[in-house]
Amino acid sequence: MIRTLRILAGNPLSLLGLLLVCLITLAAILAPWIAPFPTHNGAVVDFLNNNRPPSAQNWMGTDLVGRDIFSRILFAYQISLTLGVVVLAIATPIGTIIGLLAGYLGGWTEMILMRIVDVFLSIPPLVLAIAMMGVLEPTLTNAMLAVTAMWWPWYARLVYSIARGEREEGYVLAAEVIGAGATHIAFREILPNCLPAIITKMTLDMGFVIIIASSLSFLGLGVQPPTADLGSMVAEGARYLPDSWWLTIFPGLAILIAVFGFNLLGDGLRDVLGEDE
Amino acid sequence: MSAVLRLLLHRLGISLIVLIGVSMLIFSIARIIPGDPARIALGPNATVEQITKLRGEMNLDAPLPVQYGFFLADISRGDLGTSLYTNRPVTQDIAQFLPATLELVFLAGAIMVAVGLPLGILAARYRGRWPDHFVRVLALLTVSAPGFVWAVILMLLFAFYLPLFPIAGRLSDIYEIERTTGFLTIDTLLAGNFAAFKDAVHHLILPAVALSLSGIGQAARLTRANMVETYDKPYIEMAQAYGFHPSRIARSYAFKPSLIPSLTIIGLDFAVMLGNAFLVEAVFAWPGLSRYGVAVILRKDLNAIMGTVLVIAVTFLIVNIIVDLLIAFLNPRIRYSTRGTS
Repeated sequence: MIRTLRILAGNPLSLLGLLLVCLITLAAILAPWIAPFPTHNGAVVDFLNNNRPPSAQNWMGTDLVGRDIFSRILFAYQISLTLGVVVLAIATPIGTIIGLLAGYLGGWTEMILMRIVDVFLSIPPLVLAIAMMGVLEPTLTNAMLAVTAMWWPWYARLVYSIARGEREEGYVLAAEVIGAGATHIAFREILPNCLPAIITKMTLDMGFVIIIASSLSFLGLGVQPPTADLGSMVAEGARYLPDSWWLTIFPGLAILIAVFGFNLLGDGLRDVLGEDE
Repeated sequence: MSAVLRLLLHRLGISLIVLIGVSMLIFSIARIIPGDPARIALGPNATVEQITKLRGEMNLDAPLPVQYGFFLADISRGDLGTSLYTNRPVTQDIAQFLPATLELVFLAGAIMVAVGLPLGILAARYRGRWPDHFVRVLALLTVSAPGFVWAVILMLLFAFYLPLFPIAGRLSDIYEIERTTGFLTIDTLLAGNFAAFKDAVHHLILPAVALSLSGIGQAARLTRANMVETYDKPYIEMAQAYGFHPSRIARSYAFKPSLIPSLTIIGLDFAVMLGNAFLVEAVFAWPGLSRYGVAVILRKDLNAIMGTVLVIAVTFLIVNIIVDLLIAFLNPRIRYSTRGTS
């Protein structure tokens, strides 16, 4: 762990990623205290100061009803990161267990489980989430549900491909010979060998979940106003291009910077932990 | 029976199983909707008799497996039901909107391959040097923003500040083109109207670039990884020992084996693009499947939602079969093999 961190810190790009991730996480947690206008997360109007370009008072300008965009971005990071953590905390164990079972047990279990995974993977992830949000009410919880439903198959496939390779390894055979049960072999012997790949994928996926969640709210299918969300902020502002460019560009860049941070970190982790796609 | 034909049949068989699974998934999604589909279809002012009548027509009182059976029978006849939003058959709606989306996605895919593969080859040849680092940062940066953010940035830069491209739409109003295929680049050529063809291409470029950006990064990264792996093979070392020119080694020895894994990922990227087209189309007011999809979702138009997802899944399966066949043609071990392939 310490060694991994030291190597990461030695690579300037990974270090940048680590710093961005820490900075954004801190900004999200501390949003109520560090935001210049903490009340602007909700339904506040200040028509005297609406649609102002960036200034010393409002670093990223104000939106159509006069709310400070910088403050709203800080609060929107809270939503994005929470969503990412919850989705991965649910999707990763589900996908891992299914992938392990299919990969180690083989036979009919493998056949049935992996065909189910294929079904999920054959619908573009965003389309599946959009369809689910189409029949559900657009709330944060439902958005988490929809994104989780489309996310676990990717972990199942990743773990499955590793587990299938490991199944033939000598140490698995050794464990079988001394009479270890299937659960023990799958979770105690094979799973530790999948962990580096899972951790790398989770880091990269934090970024992708943020992208998918902001895409849903961009289409009006995610978190609803007046709660600040990066995707819906871009959507609202897009109608006022090019004059009120600050309405879209700052929330857009906020997504870019957050996801870029997770990608740099995940990419560095992949090098250190020796995992390729 | 040739190996490629056998592969094709095998893939079609698997696709059919997957397709049945997809239809079950779509059917389940449609059934988790809270409320009575018949009541939603008829609106708040419907009488009880009307609702009962429609429930009968929609087979809503039958058990779920029977309902699924009716659903499967309908879609196998190509009947996706009637859209509540347009009051037309869903198939007719999709036939109208799908070509615009496919035109966009195909061009974006072509841009992705044309730019992503050379970048990946470049990075692998100069591994550890500045082109490699440059491609790595570029790839990570392009995948770090959703399509709509790139669309907004590109639109601001190249349609507003530097007015090189049109802001929105598929074709300028001055052209009247008869819709034969729905692909405007083809229809304008069929009509022999080259000015309109140029105009249609002009409208396509910005949205297609915005859509292709994240794919370019991924294609470049994967091609690089595969090339690097190939470069470590003994036969490359031998070619180097013979003193062959590096560009000849790259072209004749390293490229083709590395291309095969990249192609598989390009097939997957196509799926991602079909989804992302929803976002890019919204920014550029592109009259494709996205506009239809979002409109029907906001109206909870079940038949249209299910139809749209089904058509996208089928398109994706077809593209993946084509990719698999391409790989089979490229890989002599599959092309000439006499054994079955899995």
